[in-house]
Amino acid sequence: MVPFILLLILGLALAAFSWPDNRSRPFILLLGAAAHSAGMVALWLRPGPPLFGGYLFLDAAGRVVLSTTSALFFATSVYAQGYLRRRSDKDNRVFVAGLLGLLVALTVVGLAQHLGVLWVAIELTTLATAPLIYFNRNARSLEAAWKYLLVSSLGIALALLGTFFVALSGAGPEGPRSLLLSSLVEAGPSLSKPWVRAAFVFLLVGYGTKMGLAPLHSWKPDAYGEAPGILGALLAGAVTNVAFLALVRVFQVTRAAGEESFARDALVALGLLSMALAAVFMAGQRDFKRMLAYSSVEHMGILAVGLGLGGAAVSGAFYHVVNNGLAKGVLFLTAGNIHRVYGSKRVEDVRGAARRLPVSGPLFLAGFLAVTGTPPFSPFWSEFVILNGAFGSGRFVVGSLFLLFLAVVFVGMGATVLKVVQGDDEGAPERMGFGDSWLTAGPPLALLLAVLALGLWLPGPLEKLFKSAAALVAGS
Amino acid sequence: MASWTDMTFVLVVVIDLVLLASSRLGASIRVVALQGALLSLLALLLASPSHELGHVILVAGGALAIKAIFIPWLMFRAMREAAIRREVEPLIGYVPSLLLGGAGVALAFAFSRGLPLPTPEMHSFLVPTALATVWTGLLLVVSRKKAVSQVLGFLVLENGVFVFGLLLTGVMPVMVEAGVLLDLLAAVFVMGIVMFHINREFSSLDTDVLASLKD
Repeated sequence: MVPFILLLILGLALAAFSWPDNRSRPFILLLGAAAHSAGMVALWLRPGPPLFGGYLFLDAAGRVVLSTTSALFFATSVYAQGYLRRRSDKDNRVFVAGLLGLLVALTVVGLAQHLGVLWVAIELTTLATAPLIYFNRNARSLEAAWKYLLVSSLGIALALLGTFFVALSGAGPEGPRSLLLSSLVEAGPSLSKPWVRAAFVFLLVGYGTKMGLAPLHSWKPDAYGEAPGILGALLAGAVTNVAFLALVRVFQVTRAAGEESFARDALVALGLLSMALAAVFMAGQRDFKRMLAYSSVEHMGILAVGLGLGGAAVSGAFYHVVNNGLAKGVLFLTAGNIHRVYGSKRVEDVRGAARRLPVSGPLFLAGFLAVTGTPPFSPFWSEFVILNGAFGSGRFVVGSLFLLFLAVVFVGMGATVLKVVQGDDEGAPERMGFGDSWLTAGPPLALLLAVLALGLWLPGPLEKLFKSAAALVAGS
Repeated sequence: MASWTDMTFVLVVVIDLVLLASSRLGASIRVVALQGALLSLLALLLASPSHELGHVILVAGGALAIKAIFIPWLMFRAMREAAIRREVEPLIGYVPSLLLGGAGVALAFAFSRGLPLPTPEMHSFLVPTALATVWTGLLLVVSRKKAVSQVLGFLVLENGVFVFGLLLTGVMPVMVEAGVLLDLLAAVFVMGIVMFHINREFSSLDTDVLASLKD
């Protein structure tokens, strides 16, 4: 069934590319998203067998990431119906086809159990998204697309070198001679240690670039700032999440080879650096879409810290993958609505969004509260689990820094968000015909309700899923 | 046979240094094409009887067709349309970047001594050549301003990765190696289209004009 759905979505991408009518084309996107979600539900009810000799298989970690991706993609494709209709002056042929291509690539990353397939699929996510950043066809979006393409390509090339190192570590007489995750993990201690260590460094840099961990995040503010809100939501809530999954795969191999403590230290250090840097750049940020990019840097840092701490914190990191994906959807989609109606994303021009957009404005504020870890929203709980893991394992310095950066981010981001949402919108620039509608305000509302519901009550199967995903990288 | 292989590895590293010192874009593209041809030769020279013949021919032929012919042709086209000849004022000057490149070669040799080769029958120059070429590529991308030069740097980086990949001809599945060539092609193709748009938007392929986005 999985190959069938992937082929179907790929076929829809081709259909979208050759579809002549600009107005009805976005509907193909919705069809693709619905097919994907249906497939995901079917996989929840009845897990599938490994495919293609074990190259593709949905394990617990993949299930966490792919379910989030599917939900977020469905919400954004509903939003796209309203958004692209309002922007019917722009040709959306490449945009719709590219988004469907991205969905296929993301799914393959989620399923991949082979480091080579994983690398190819991550590369495809870059190729599918770079042209989409150029949707607005102006100089600024071109600059953002160029930087994104170049920086991501560098990262992906280094990740390929790292993948070659992994292959070489297993090329000895006893080695597995395969990049299948299961055989690499099984061969664990017999892998050549110096090569595994070098591989981890290169793969951390490569996939870390794709995730946007500091100091490899330079593409992020530009790409998120210039891309349409839909793409921002998918980059921050799906593409970076699957890059984290790729890092989890690499960590699995490194751990099996007995180089765990070295890898953990590197992850915690990069994670804390990302949180610190996001906190610095978020303070006084004048552009609210670029501010969201730094929030994404921060949350990738949280994921890296959670994975690096090990133990109980890892299941918190997987919980946070879901929360970050959904909350980023709320923020980027509402930010897109605010950007449209004011025709600006500068704090100087935008004020009183709560009055002008009675749904999107308050939702933007609620999304900010959710993403910065205010109870009762679910990110509070996942950050709490990670923090608990830090203090519980005696890492007091890491835990205190984690808490400090969260607090600074809350203050810095809050200042910008309040300026946008509060106040009197009298005299602020306005463009007609971009008010809230069901299609543009409904999807972020649904995502926020999901974040709220997961914060109030975490269903048993989900909790079990996070635990078994964590067991892949932290023992049972 | 071994001396020929040695010679080819040395030539690949020499090309790295030539690129770091060269300001003329046309000459640089030709030199990168030559490096691609050398890589295809290396794929043949390093083949051992245990490798499948069809696989070796696929990798060598693919490298020749894509790295030595198709992509240089694409780059020449981009250069002609943009009517540019040389790189002006790189961020790091030619002499400093040569020195950095030389230091990179020395470090690559020192670093690769610490890494054991599970297949010692392979050539010992391979790993340092690969690492030095990757380093040169990184240096070119971050220090040059013209879009064409940056893409050239990316190609050199990919060449370095390809050299390393030759070590694995016996270990890796065909699919992944085919993926390497295809992905490279697609990436450069997309970059080419973007360059075309940069050109139309600014009438210049200088990424300096792409500097309105900052904090």
